[in-house]
Amino acid sequence: MSVSRVEITPKSLGKPSIRERLANLFQEIRANKVAYLFLAPYAIIFLTFVVVPVGVSIGLSFTHYNMLEPPVWIGWSNYIRLFLMDDVFLIAVKNTLVYAFITGPLSYIACFIFAWMINELKPKLRALLTLLLYAPSISGNVFLVWTIIFSGDSHGYINGFLLRFGITPEPIQWLQDPRFILPIIILVVLWLSLGTSFLVFIAGLQGVDSTLYEAGAMDGIRNRWQELWYITLPSMRPQLMFGAVISITQAFTVSQHAIALAGFPSTDYAARTVVTHLIDYGNVRFEMGYACTIATVLFVVMLITQRLVQKWLRNIG
Amino acid sequence: MELRLGRSRLNRTLGGDIILFLVLLVTAIFMSFPLVYTISNAFKPLNELFLFPPRLFVRNPTLDNFRDLFVLMSSSWVPFSRYAFNTLLITLLGTGGHVLLGSMAAFALSQHKFPGGKLFFNVVVISLMFAPQVTAIPNYLIMSRLNWVDTYLSVIVPAWGMSLGLYLMKQFMDQVPKALLESARIDGASEFRVFWSIVMPIVKPAWLTLIILSFQQLWGQTGGQFIYSEHLKPLPYALQQIVAGGIARAGVAAAVSLVMMIVPISIFILNQSRVVETMGASGIKE
Repeated sequence: MSVSRVEITPKSLGKPSIRERLANLFQEIRANKVAYLFLAPYAIIFLTFVVVPVGVSIGLSFTHYNMLEPPVWIGWSNYIRLFLMDDVFLIAVKNTLVYAFITGPLSYIACFIFAWMINELKPKLRALLTLLLYAPSISGNVFLVWTIIFSGDSHGYINGFLLRFGITPEPIQWLQDPRFILPIIILVVLWLSLGTSFLVFIAGLQGVDSTLYEAGAMDGIRNRWQELWYITLPSMRPQLMFGAVISITQAFTVSQHAIALAGFPSTDYAARTVVTHLIDYGNVRFEMGYACTIATVLFVVMLITQRLVQKWLRNIG
Repeated sequence: MELRLGRSRLNRTLGGDIILFLVLLVTAIFMSFPLVYTISNAFKPLNELFLFPPRLFVRNPTLDNFRDLFVLMSSSWVPFSRYAFNTLLITLLGTGGHVLLGSMAAFALSQHKFPGGKLFFNVVVISLMFAPQVTAIPNYLIMSRLNWVDTYLSVIVPAWGMSLGLYLMKQFMDQVPKALLESARIDGASEFRVFWSIVMPIVKPAWLTLIILSFQQLWGQTGGQFIYSEHLKPLPYALQQIVAGGIARAGVAAAVSLVMMIVPISIFILNQSRVVETMGASGIKE
């Protein structure tokens, strides 16, 4: 029994010196030569085209940079200006948080529920329904039909309906009225939400070991809900984590659809999000340093959210 | 309580199945709206296209829009087949490289423990969260340093290094039991063989899905930022130019939307039907 306890070697007695540690590290790297070879092609491209540009952008957030003259170092000035002097940024933050906390969890849950429901069907029907539910994500700009549905004149579908039944005396300016802009964008974003995570969940469900379900039935699982909670969800942790990261990314970066539906800039900044604020400074005002500051702040907020969600997902099942 | 192991579907009630199916059906009708709308629009004559409010279904279907599109395509300065070739090249090489390199890296990170591996993986995941709008300038500087501006490389190679593929493949490979790989190694299989003949078949649903996602993204690539020569431009760019002809081209624009959708949807159907076929075949997960 005591064998496992007598592994006291001189190395583990005190802290190893830097030289020893370096030698160890070198040895480990040599032992894993194959793994590094597998990683290298991807790693080189990823570092060049993703890490370096992101690093440069974070660096630029500490400069004044108008894209014509070379950047000038100004320290934390951009950050101070962003938090203390930019009123519109506060509106953008408020809107973004509303979008993120409504569309993020809802679209995440919808992706999973629908993937799980589809998985109950027979394979041929499964493939067809997957296509139909995924349709909004594959058909590019077709979401613009929503501008016809919510059109502000009396010919828009919803206004036409409301007028015919006398619910409203005059057409409602859906996409110009700050009270309606936010809910409409949320609706459209939710309609578009069965995308990447949805497909990944479907793929993940194919891999759940079917013998687990039989074993579960013997252990007293009585209905599909118990099966979902005790077997399916725990078997899908890696995919659930993946879906969470995608949902967070999409929820915090709502921009393209907000601009297309409510215009840019929108009435009273009702559709202003952090990313449209960033686009405003980067692409319209050519204040690239400031745009990079916005990007960096958003990045940090998303990172913190991801850490929290990750912790919470560990308790599932 | 009796266990009904003889039945193929455990713990299912007929009532539950019916409710489930109805919910899916209603949602599917709601979601398939753009698909129906795009297809029907492509066959509408001009007077129906300009009807307001628009009708969902076409009354007098016509092929005029497609005929006009072909006339415009054949009068193009750069032959249209060249644009199609460019897009095919970018999409196929980009998707293939992304799936292969991403999977190889995911294999290393998932099945090997080595210094720096965990750190690298974390960097890949968090890089998904940085707004791409501000990295355009540094990216351009890198391309020009490499002399890749106005070449296919500027679009294809960065696609190989996207974070999505590695993250997706790593998550699925984490579920492959290590014991299985160990036994293959003892039998003398090389590391590449373990990767190619054992791990990749098990995670087939993952890479089929990744092909759909990557294909869709690259198919819509206009090359705007980096490609300036007309003969290197991809198809979506050329079609955009046709559509930009204004209100007289509304019919052609509707045809273009359908044409651009057909290929990604075909890839989707092809791959997705293979994804759902793999069900039940895998009893080998941890």
